[in-house]
Amino acid sequence: MRIGVVTFPGSLDDRDAQRAVRLAGGEPVALWHGAHDLDGVEAIVLPGGFSYGDYLRCGAIAAQSPIMTEVVSAANAGMPVLGICNGFQILVESHLLPGGLIRNDHGDFVCRDQRLRVENADTAWTNQFTAGEEITIPLKNGEGGFIADAETLKRLESEGQVAFRYLQTNPNGSLNDIAGLTNARGNVVGLMPHPEHAVEAGFGPDTDAAMRSGVDGLRFFTSILQQTLANA
Amino acid sequence: MPTIVVEVMPKAELLDPAGKAVATALGKQGRSHFSGVRIGKRFELTVDEVTDAVLAEARELADDLLSNGVIEDVVSVRVAE
Repeated sequence: MRIGVVTFPGSLDDRDAQRAVRLAGGEPVALWHGAHDLDGVEAIVLPGGFSYGDYLRCGAIAAQSPIMTEVVSAANAGMPVLGICNGFQILVESHLLPGGLIRNDHGDFVCRDQRLRVENADTAWTNQFTAGEEITIPLKNGEGGFIADAETLKRLESEGQVAFRYLQTNPNGSLNDIAGLTNARGNVVGLMPHPEHAVEAGFGPDTDAAMRSGVDGLRFFTSILQQTLANA
Repeated sequence: MPTIVVEVMPKAELLDPAGKAVATALGKQGRSHFSGVRIGKRFELTVDEVTDAVLAEARELADDLLSNGVIEDVVSVRVAE
């Protein structure tokens, strides 16, 4: 399965995302922000980083890039899209997901192994988890505070669009401890933590079993492979 | 060249951590007259001439791209003196 990873000017984790796709058994395809071509991919990852130096607002300039026109129409037609960190910000600025992401309430950049609860295990990117399952993947951001108006928040909660929630500590002041969202259809998922940094023993978060052995992020990528097989 | 100025502020009800950091710095300087600071953005759009249509386009731009209505308010769109 060919999974596209878009590189924007200032993307940081595009290569890690490509590697995660490969480790999960997929074929990563590098996509370029300036192109109007999705190269026949079946799913898309918008990686983390600091596209356009976070100028204007995080993800705002990237959301205007040529490839995002294609990503938005493909997503609206049902193509699976995963936005990680800056990719989540781009999804929000592209209106594929609701709400906004603002500077962490404490003002500092945060980098930690973050405990999360999977709230929705029925999306294209989470079907290899079980609802309520607790996982640990790295989090690293300065502007990860999720906000939305009361009405939107109520809708997200009641319709199961909260995909992930922070556990133990809320690292950035996100409302309702929201770490990630899905759209109503379940093909678009965005989250601030980085699943692509927890895909191979030796390089992931610490677990009770061994240092750096956490691979909870891998199932984001095996989920999408499973989803496509199921649809084939 | 005439200039259209667009000013954008974080929504009043939202925490503005950058403004709060500046307010804390003022406190450390012992400046007691300033109890709060909020930080916004000012855009200066250079145009060939100011017409009603250009102003309308600037207002549209202010809402579409220069601000994000979820987290910010456009507080003014005006021609610079």
